[in-house]
Amino acid sequence: MTDETGPAPLDRTGDAGFHLTVDGRRIPVEPGQTVGAAMLAAGIRSWRTTRFAGRPRGLFCGIGVCFDCLVTVDGTPSLRACLVTARPDDEVTTS
Amino acid sequence: MSHEMGGRDVLHDLVVVGAGPAGLAAAVTAAGFGLRVAVLDTNARAGGQYHRHRAGRPPAWAPLARLHTVEHLAEHRVWAVERGDDHFTAHAVAGERDGVAVTVRGRRLLLATGAYDRQLPFPGWDLPGVFTAGGAQALLKGNGVAPGRRAVVAGTGPFLLPVAVGLADAGVRVLAVVEASRPTPRAAALAPHSPARVVEAAGYAAALARRRIPYRTGRAVIAAHGDGGALGSVTVARLDADWRVRPGTERELACDTLAVGYGFTPQLELAGQLGCASTPDGFVAVDTRQATDLPGLYAAGESTGIGGAQLSQVEGELAAYAVAGRTPPKALLRRRARLTRFAAGLRALYPIRSGWSSWSDEDTPICRCEEVPRGRIADAARHGADDVRSIKLLTRAGMGWCQGRMCAEATACVLSDVLGRPIAAPAPTRAIAVPIRLGDLAQGAS
Ligand SMILES: Cc1cc2nc3c(=O)[nH]c(=O)nc-3n(C[C@H](O)[C@@H](O)[C@H](O)COP(=O)(O)OP(=O)(O)OC[C@H]3O[C@@H](n4cnc5c(N)ncnc54)[C@H](O)[C@@H]3O)c2cc1C
Ligand code: FES
Repeated sequence: MTDETGPAPLDRTGDAGFHLTVDGRRIPVEPGQTVGAAMLAAGIRSWRTTRFAGRPRGLFCGIGVCFDCLVTVDGTPSLRACLVTARPDDEVTTS
Repeated sequence: MSHEMGGRDVLHDLVVVGAGPAGLAAAVTAAGFGLRVAVLDTNARAGGQYHRHRAGRPPAWAPLARLHTVEHLAEHRVWAVERGDDHFTAHAVAGERDGVAVTVRGRRLLLATGAYDRQLPFPGWDLPGVFTAGGAQALLKGNGVAPGRRAVVAGTGPFLLPVAVGLADAGVRVLAVVEASRPTPRAAALAPHSPARVVEAAGYAAALARRRIPYRTGRAVIAAHGDGGALGSVTVARLDADWRVRPGTERELACDTLAVGYGFTPQLELAGQLGCASTPDGFVAVDTRQATDLPGLYAAGESTGIGGAQLSQVEGELAAYAVAGRTPPKALLRRRARLTRFAAGLRALYPIRSGWSSWSDEDTPICRCEEVPRGRIADAARHGADDVRSIKLLTRAGMGWCQGRMCAEATACVLSDVLGRPIAAPAPTRAIAVPIRLGDLAQGAS
């Protein structure tokens, strides 16, 4: 489940970017960005729901402490999107 | 991979956990004395929280440029540290996604694990669009991504200023900086201790004024409201001296982003594992050499007290002198003393007042991971749970992924409210400092 609003993108680093996919949708990545930052830059602000109340979750602490931002990347589940550096053609799936 | 440089079999003179200002300054200084040093850090790039930078854009900071003199093990999560007869062993998982077990040994160990934003729960604090102040800063500095378009920056402490200016520089419309304390009158008294920091603060204040961003003191964001599951507005209210809401002063601000932080909480898991002594206010206790009470174990930076990047760096350098058995220059000691006094003065300007716990109601989630609302914690307290550990067992608050990092302090406060006496959040004593997959553990044990 994804929810979208528009964040403001910053200046580019100048390096050639690449793409990853989130639930099949291609989004651009700047080299060195985390999966979570790339998702946020693409306007995806939440990408999972909590087990009991189904409350939406995305990035919160941004540094690997809160575990709100869990995603599956290339089949590996429960990774913190704010810590995983994106690689070309990563396939991110959300729950 | 860098750990093939010898991480496994070499007995290093010094192993450092944390590549922030404290850890890196220590590592580079110790390497300069000819010691064999390894630094392990969770992040892909060295620099910690302060010198966070984008890939391919190194910041101008001397220790980062001299990093080639030490073995830097990036993306290494240290999940356990052990003390042997004459050395320490750090167990890490390398690679955020692949998880390769790595063991690094050293005669001395320095914990420079830093801190993270302190959060005070209020209704709606778990809505997407609410970020920690540090998290917003990390997105800007490390990723070049602004978290939204219309933002409010709230909480307490001088750190709110660079966050607000950073957001504005990134093109975000910052509606207000909402500071719970009323810091102005005594701020000038700090000037003699650290002119550089005061000039820095004045610079941020001027930047706020230039961009017409209002700086409102004695107020807080007491609720965040969601529209279709994401942040749509926040309620800002005036506070009394104890941080209780002055009724009738509530005002709603439409925004898609809230960056919120009430100072910092030290990262203490590894210190807790080794069982070294802590200070009454919950930091790693160190002497003037940055040594803990355990032989061979040192600590520096914000895990020993919140004082900013410059103090962290000085403490790291002093730790390196101690590890190398050298006498530190007097000027360095004086610098630490001055920065420590300044930090203490700052902390006194931005205290946390207990009235914040009236911002939450029965339904407000205190533990985000296990979704435990305030009401359930209060219930458990009324049924006899009288410490944070019993609350955890009865309600699961603090038992989820983050292991209480986000909620332990707040849980203790809710408990204090119900019981009418102060309850301390327990020091962390987990066997595993950072969650790792069982497969990684099995691999590490083999
Ligand atoms: C998110 C955030 C952003 C901040 N941004 C600023 C800023 O822009 N300006 C400012 O003045 N202050 C900032 N601060 C305050 C900050 O704490 C600085 O004062 C300074 O970075 C502290 O230095 P340090 O070396 O003690 O720790 P840190 O810089 O926090 O470095 C500690 C390092 O240890 C690593 N670490 C911790 N535990 C482990 C483990 N188990 N295994 C491996 N690695 C581990 C962390 O990932 C981190 O890289 C920020 C704080 C936070 C939490
Ligand atoms: S946002 Fe907190 S762990 Fe990723």
